[in-house]
Amino acid sequence: MTPLATLTEALASGRVRVIDLTHTLDPDFPVIVLPAEFGQCARFRMDEVSAYDHRGPAWKWHNLSMSEHTGTHFDAPIHWVTGRDVAKGSTDAIDPAAFVGPVCVIDCAQGAAENEDFILEPAHIAAWEAEHGPIPPGAWVLMRTDWSHRHGAAYLNLKDDGAHSPGPSPAAIRALLARGITGFGTECVGTDAGQAAHFDPPYPAHALLHGAGKYGLQCLRNLDQLPPRGAVLICPPLKIKGGTGSPLRVLALVEETP
Amino acid sequence: MTQPLAPPPKKNPARRTPVPTLPPAIRSRAALGLALAAAQGRFQLQTCTDCGAVQYPPRDACHRCLSTALVWQDQPRGAQLLAETTIHASPDPYFRERLPWRAGTVQLDAGPVALAHIHGDVARGARTRTALMLDRAGQGVLVALPEQETPHMQDDPALRAMGTHPSHRRILITDARAPEAPALTRALLDAGAAHVFLGLAERWRPFPAQPTLEAMKNVTLHPLDVTDADSVIDLAGSIGGKVDILINNARHIRPGGVITGTIHDASDALQKGALGLMRLAHAFGPALSARGADGVNSAAAWVTVLPAQSLAHDPGFAASTAAGAATRALSLSLRAELRAGGIRVLHVHAGPIDDDWHQPLPPPKLAPNALARAIVQGLEQGLEEVHAGDVARDIAERFAQNPALLAREMEGGA
Repeated sequence: MTPLATLTEALASGRVRVIDLTHTLDPDFPVIVLPAEFGQCARFRMDEVSAYDHRGPAWKWHNLSMSEHTGTHFDAPIHWVTGRDVAKGSTDAIDPAAFVGPVCVIDCAQGAAENEDFILEPAHIAAWEAEHGPIPPGAWVLMRTDWSHRHGAAYLNLKDDGAHSPGPSPAAIRALLARGITGFGTECVGTDAGQAAHFDPPYPAHALLHGAGKYGLQCLRNLDQLPPRGAVLICPPLKIKGGTGSPLRVLALVEETP
Repeated sequence: MTQPLAPPPKKNPARRTPVPTLPPAIRSRAALGLALAAAQGRFQLQTCTDCGAVQYPPRDACHRCLSTALVWQDQPRGAQLLAETTIHASPDPYFRERLPWRAGTVQLDAGPVALAHIHGDVARGARTRTALMLDRAGQGVLVALPEQETPHMQDDPALRAMGTHPSHRRILITDARAPEAPALTRALLDAGAAHVFLGLAERWRPFPAQPTLEAMKNVTLHPLDVTDADSVIDLAGSIGGKVDILINNARHIRPGGVITGTIHDASDALQKGALGLMRLAHAFGPALSARGADGVNSAAAWVTVLPAQSLAHDPGFAASTAAGAATRALSLSLRAELRAGGIRVLHVHAGPIDDDWHQPLPPPKLAPNALARAIVQGLEQGLEEVHAGDVARDIAERFAQNPALLAREMEGGA
């Protein structure tokens, strides 16, 4: 059998399962909140054009509006100032091979449960590799925190001194870049920690990751259904001309243990 | 003595809701001046600039010298009740449903003798204080009130029939996050509102006033974002049939000119202001219109809170005031649409409010408490146009005198 025939047979038999890592696009889903004087991330909105009525008797449809960075979404290199000159750095220009690849899941759920400002450090990556083997070049690395189980105000966790949510340290991002990853993803509203403005450099999962031409995924869910390694991630963003990112459906293919 | 209104019993769900009827609404162009004065709570009569005669009812020419140089001027409110009667039979559907009804003639201190509605606490032959008030059809009518305040005088059946008093009514404030929302909630409850519903957008963002509001009796918070059609429809589906007064205070104020401002802010200002009003009107308008005669706590009013500069423009807040002008235009059309249901549309023009977005501006700025008071007073008096704060009043006066001159003067900002 060819590799693809093997895959489709495994999908049909259930030996390979498809996991949805995406939140529903919902007008009330939180978006990142910036200082009030900056431009803000547009919320997801649906405006009904017709609903089997005088505006269109046999069909229902909506006009949509949102930010490129609303809901479960993809960050392209040109999203950040450090990635502004990256070749093929917009969603329409990225090599589509980057959108399908192996995925490593680093479980930080316990740390995030104990500390809402939990920071992923190189030591956690080293410990993961000691147990599961090296992170392969071209892999997507996802930081599991179970943060997607939070709802409403607890999700953004905004306080007077800003957001408090887990994320990677600058050293951790450098360590992942050294391994040649394709991208990094999280369950929080952004790839960076809530307090990452105070890191050096600020927002390492944007500044370092996108500066190196790598990609981001955020607002993921169901990471608790993925194995630490062995799954395949599928995350093609919309092909937006000059797009800095895009809401998308993120899927994972997981082998069922017999 | 006016009998105080008792809280209305629960509605009998088996009975048909009465269809709103209106008092006679046809007026001459000249007579519309009464409505303009009544809309602002002013007592104005037609005055001849040639001979000085004050006349009532309004006409196209002076009744004494036939001059057409007539202007509307504020007049003394005092009057003497000459004759009065209580009407027990009427062929008019509106008055038939509200009999008995008291009417009579008054000798106005301003000169004319006029036919007027008579408050129940005005004794035969007494001195009275006359007011121009809007009736259910939105026309200005003369009402003879007691010279001094009497207990529960706002509960007089004629005043209740004409007015939009918050007492016993259930009121929706669309934006709990607006700076005036807590003070407005308190002021409405103090005025006797039965319940205040507050719309809260984006519950996932911090809202420091939430514990205070949630602790208040007869106050509930509900998910509502006027930029999201579904949330508006969901709330109307839940409480639309018991919102007697809707106060739309959702607005998006940001500094910036046409060149220096952002499309993003302009879009947000239009989405939240003008289009938010349309979404609310789609969802809440039909039930409001249908409930204009629904007993003591009938639907009564829609309030649109506007920036004072919506009458002109403010180069320092170009998009916000343009959105305010668009909101005002839509709200004027809404006023015409809701009129048939007897629902009054009150515009409250707010001067620059003392909040983060006006922080570098010098005084006078409008305190949120003062805006709340102005809204409640406008409802208590049944007005259509309220200008809250010194800046708003100044803009309104200049707008009335010469809109083109105001536009030129506004180049320097409000």
